[in-house]
Amino acid sequence: MTPSDRRRTITGLLFVAPWLLGFLIFTVYPILASFYFSLCDYRVLSPPRFIGLGNYTAMLRDTDYFWRSVLNTAFMFIELPLALALSLGIAMLLNQRLKGIAFFRAIYYLPAVIPTVASAVLWRWLLNPEYGLINDFLTKLHLPRLGWLTDPVWSKPSFILMDLWTVGGGIVIYLAGLQGVPQHLYEAAQMDGANVWQQFRHVTLPMLSPVIFFNLIMGVIGTFQYFTQTFVMTNGGPDNSTLFYALYLFQNAFQFFRMGEACAMAWILFALTMGATWLVFKSSARWVYYEGGLK
Amino acid sequence: MRKFLSYAALSALGVLFLLPFAWMVVTSLKADAQVMTPVPEWIPRPLVWENYTKALQSFPFLRYLGNTLVICALAVIGTVISCALPAYGFARLRWRGRDALFFIMLSTLMLPSQVTLLPTFLLFRWLGWTDTIAPLTVPAFFGSAFSIFLLRQFFLTIPAELSDAARIDGCNEWMIFWRVVAPLAKPALATVALFSFTSAWMDFMGPLIYLNDDNKYTLALGLLSFLGRYTQSFNLLMAASTLITIPPVVIFLLAQRAFLRGIALTGLKG
Repeated sequence: MTPSDRRRTITGLLFVAPWLLGFLIFTVYPILASFYFSLCDYRVLSPPRFIGLGNYTAMLRDTDYFWRSVLNTAFMFIELPLALALSLGIAMLLNQRLKGIAFFRAIYYLPAVIPTVASAVLWRWLLNPEYGLINDFLTKLHLPRLGWLTDPVWSKPSFILMDLWTVGGGIVIYLAGLQGVPQHLYEAAQMDGANVWQQFRHVTLPMLSPVIFFNLIMGVIGTFQYFTQTFVMTNGGPDNSTLFYALYLFQNAFQFFRMGEACAMAWILFALTMGATWLVFKSSARWVYYEGGLK
Repeated sequence: MRKFLSYAALSALGVLFLLPFAWMVVTSLKADAQVMTPVPEWIPRPLVWENYTKALQSFPFLRYLGNTLVICALAVIGTVISCALPAYGFARLRWRGRDALFFIMLSTLMLPSQVTLLPTFLLFRWLGWTDTIAPLTVPAFFGSAFSIFLLRQFFLTIPAELSDAARIDGCNEWMIFWRVVAPLAKPALATVALFSFTSAWMDFMGPLIYLNDDNKYTLALGLLSFLGRYTQSFNLLMAASTLITIPPVVIFLLAQRAFLRGIALTGLKG
């Protein structure tokens, strides 16, 4: 390294130092520690005792809670395509030169700025089986009333319904993506006689696929971390139907004080997240289109 | 015709999106007897503003507001400083190892927070920081990958000629950051400040695991304990929820552009 190289590297490191220090203290150390704890019997009050893979095998054998929480979480992936369709649809409606569009944009984004605890409290009330607004709508539409959060069959769809209300972030991202699609592509498609659906299928979707890809990955990660809503609204019930992965992990750590098991669960979560992301990533070669070839 | 259909669709969906809000406010103004009626009633008769005073008195709202604001303020200051500097280092300087570190930083975005949560919790406990605001504020001073990434994307759009001109005038990197890039990046810095404010305001798990003394609760946590005590008083619950929803909504409406630009910036260049 020449002296000027060295000087530049030192300057660069000084600028990134706040993040780098934080990375070492709040990421590298905890990663190593949690991996070690995951191999230990660790109940907080007594020091960790090494037991090898015991926590992992115990988890994988635990069909009542662990596997239940995995399956419950897997069910929530239904939400990803629904959220995609809803937010892309709204983004396309918003991507027009119409008066008052900023007003509509604000309305759709608004639910996303509500504190999760408050929206959880609100939705418990909306979904109330006897006096809730939603069952009243069902009655008006001559549909059967549902038990929502109190019914093991409908508890997970309740959460999906509530989450679809907060798709604002996705809408804004898709809207920005749509605004980046060059107008001349649509003009060319129209000259070739493409109808509205064909324009959507062959221009909009391919041009937007990197954004969809990004959102899908964030959605996968977010689904595995689903916590506050269940903690506030159902705490896993009824009949463990909303015992989601992150909730069970939290209970292990802070209610049962089984730190070893909780750390093992965190690492399994990491592996599951990476696996799911890898699947999305792997499949992306087939459907994600990058302008100007691979990036 | 097409315009008309678009307006119709936007309005219909918009009403659906607004309805839960409206119902929250309507319920918060109802007398006890009017809350649970077989058919929901949309007009509170009489208007019971006392629900708000009752909600304010039945949990120490102002103290929790104060606690929350202190945490939010420290989080905002910490995040802006500790993200702007690394973002400058990643965006505007060329040095050995920069790209590798940047890649590592981006990959931490994929790391589930649960992996680091428990050792971090134990670390703070060992330091004796539980029941203080330190675990909720100190980490903010050590950069967040998401905000650094957002700022870097913005810094990249500032023409390099401006830095070069300053360099010729004898400015060092620190002065260029402070006098050239930071002033031009005010909109992006405002976006990061807004994001860190709202995420500190909404943070639930942090206060939940670190704060035990209910004098130190934040609003989000206070609302939870309020919920525990008034499970069925939906008018009071909705009044309390409305109160904690108002600040982020007002901030969003005032600073809409900064919010939306920030989200678009991170989503697109991902």
